[in-house]
Amino acid sequence: MYFLLAWRNIWRNKRRSLITILSITFAVLLACVMRSMQLGSYARMIDNSVRFYTGYIQIHKQGYWNDKVIDNSFEYDALLQKKVSHLQGLKLDVPRLESFALASFQSQTKGTLVMGVDPDKENELTRVKEKIVQGTFIKSDDDGILLAQGLAEYLNAQVGDTLTLISQGYHGANAAGLFPVRGIARFPLPFQNNQLIYMALPKAQWFYAAPGLVTSVSLLINKPDNTDRVVAQLKSEIDAKVYEVMGWKELVPDLLQSIELDNISGKVMLWVLYLVIGFGMFGTYLMMTAERKYEFGVMMAVGMQRLRLQAVIFLEISMMTTVGVLTGIILSLPILTYFHFHPIHYGKEAAKAIESFGVEAVYPFSLDPVIFTNQAYAIFIMAIVLSAYPLWTIYKMNPVESMRS
Amino acid sequence: MATLIQATEVSKVYHKTTVPVNALNGVTLRIEEGEFTAIVGPSGCGKTTLLNILGGLDHPTQGKVEIDGTDITTMKDSDLIDFRLHTIGFVFQAYNLIPVLTAKENIEFIMLLQKKSKKEREIRAIELLTRMGMVDKANQRPGELSGGQQQRVAVARALASNPRFILADEPTANLDSTSASNLLDLMAEINREQKATFVFSTHDQRVMDKARRLVTLRDGAIISDITR
Repeated sequence: MYFLLAWRNIWRNKRRSLITILSITFAVLLACVMRSMQLGSYARMIDNSVRFYTGYIQIHKQGYWNDKVIDNSFEYDALLQKKVSHLQGLKLDVPRLESFALASFQSQTKGTLVMGVDPDKENELTRVKEKIVQGTFIKSDDDGILLAQGLAEYLNAQVGDTLTLISQGYHGANAAGLFPVRGIARFPLPFQNNQLIYMALPKAQWFYAAPGLVTSVSLLINKPDNTDRVVAQLKSEIDAKVYEVMGWKELVPDLLQSIELDNISGKVMLWVLYLVIGFGMFGTYLMMTAERKYEFGVMMAVGMQRLRLQAVIFLEISMMTTVGVLTGIILSLPILTYFHFHPIHYGKEAAKAIESFGVEAVYPFSLDPVIFTNQAYAIFIMAIVLSAYPLWTIYKMNPVESMRS
Repeated sequence: MATLIQATEVSKVYHKTTVPVNALNGVTLRIEEGEFTAIVGPSGCGKTTLLNILGGLDHPTQGKVEIDGTDITTMKDSDLIDFRLHTIGFVFQAYNLIPVLTAKENIEFIMLLQKKSKKEREIRAIELLTRMGMVDKANQRPGELSGGQQQRVAVARALASNPRFILADEPTANLDSTSASNLLDLMAEINREQKATFVFSTHDQRVMDKARRLVTLRDGAIISDITR
C-alpha cells in the first residue's frame, strides 16, 4: 500500500508532477545527446589519430621512445610475435623500421623520414593507399618507395624517377641506395607530407643493415577502451627490461590533453543543465512539502512513524525520477542510434578544413552505455540530495504545529 | 470502572513570539473506561490543547498524563507514535483522510501501520464500513464523499486499530445538523454497544446534549465537571 500511496500521491497534482517528470526527461535527453556527440567525436579523434600513425599500442626496445635512433631497434622474433598474437582483442600488429635519411634527386636534397613497413598491414592501419595521388603503393618485396607529395614536389621527383638515399645504418654502418619512386601520396599533416618515405620492410632492413630488426610494432585492437588492459597484459608477459610498451595516451599525450580539456567543458555544460533542472525539482519538492504539511502531521498523529513517512516520500521522489530518467533514455535511444549509424557530415568548406588536419569530417554519435548510466546516476544523486529537504522537514516536524498550519 | 486517562496538574505555556500564553493551568482530570465525555468551553479556552496532550500529540509544560497507568509525558517521540497507533483513535475536525486512498484503504491504512495481514485488514475495514453504513462507498476517495460521510470514515479509521479510547476534536464542527446528528448517534451507539471510550472537544450544543459527562474549561482551567 505504501507503493500505491506514493504512486497516487505523484498524480494528485498531475500538472506539477508532469512538469517535473518532463523536465527530468528533457534534461536526460539533452544530456545523452550532448555526451553522445562528445564521446563519439572523441572516439573518432582517437581512432583517426592512432590510425594516422601510432596505433593504439606500440612496442619498442626499452629507451627508444626517448632516443629514437636505429641502434635502439629490436628483433620482432617468433616468441614475441606469438605473445602478441595471443593478446585479447588484437586486430593487427604492424612492424616498422624507422630512421632518417638524406634523399637526393638531381640537384635537390632533403632530410627525410624513412618508414620500412609491411605494406599490407600498414595499409590496414593507416589506409595509406587512400592517400595515393599518383602511381601505386609499394609491395612487400618491392625495392621501390612511396613518396609524400610535399617531398616529391621539393625534389621535383615523379613516379618512375629514382632517388638516392644516404644515411647511417645500424651500429654505424653506411647506408646508401637507389630507390625508384612507385607512387606519391598526399598526407594531411605538413610534417608527414614534407618528409615521409615508405619502403618495404625487408628493403629498409637491408638499407639500414639491420636484418630482422624493427624500431616499433604498432598494435590495433578491437576496443580502444581496452588499451590499458592490453598494455598491462603485454607488460606482464614480456621482459620489461628489454621492451617498452606504450598505450595511445602515452604515445599522443597532446590528444589526450585536448580531449580532457574538451571533456571538462562538456561536463561543465552538463552540470549547468543539471543545476537548472535541480532548481525545478527542488521547487516541486518544496511545494509538495509545504502543501502536505498538514497531511504529514495527521499521518504522524494517527501513528505513522517519521521513518515510514520519509520512506513514502522518498519512494514518491524516486518514482518520479525513475519515470523521468527512463523516458529520457527511451526517447534518446532512437536519436542516438540513428546518428551513430548515420553520422552528421560537415558542409563542404568545413569538411575541407577539418580534413586538412587529417580528421574525418563527420560527427559520429556514441552508443556507449556509460552515456545513459551516467545521466541516470547524476539525476538520481541529485534527487537524493534534494530529497533531503522534505525528509529533514518530516524529521523536524511537530504534528500539532503541522496540523495547526 | 477502571481509570483509563489520568491527567494531573497539567499546564501548558505557549511562547508566541516573546509573550507567554497559558493555554492550560493545572488541569487535573480522570476519565474512566467507557465514558462518553465532552470537553467544552469557548474558543481559546484550551480544549484542543488538552486533547492534544491527552492524546500524546503535545507535551505539557508541567504535570503528567497517564494512560492505563503509563506516563506518556516522558515517552520518546517514536515510542509515543507507536503508543498512539495502538492505544488512541483520532477523529479530527477536518476529517483528515488521506486524499489519494479510498474509504476502505483509509481504514486499512491504520491497520497496515499496525502490521496486520491483508486479509485481516480487509475483513475489518468492510466490517467497519458496514457498521458506518458506508460499505457502498468503500471504493470512493474522500473527495467523492460528503463531509458527513468523510467523518464516518474517519470514525471507522479511528476504530480500526481497536484503540483504548477515541479522541475527537470538534468532530461535528464542519457538518450540517443532520450529518452531525447522525454521526453523534452512531458514536453514542458504538459507545453503548462496544463500551468504546470517547472524549470530545466541542462547543457544539448537540454534542454537549449527547455527552454523559461535561467537562467545562475556561482560561485553561476546569470550571465544572458534570456527569449526567
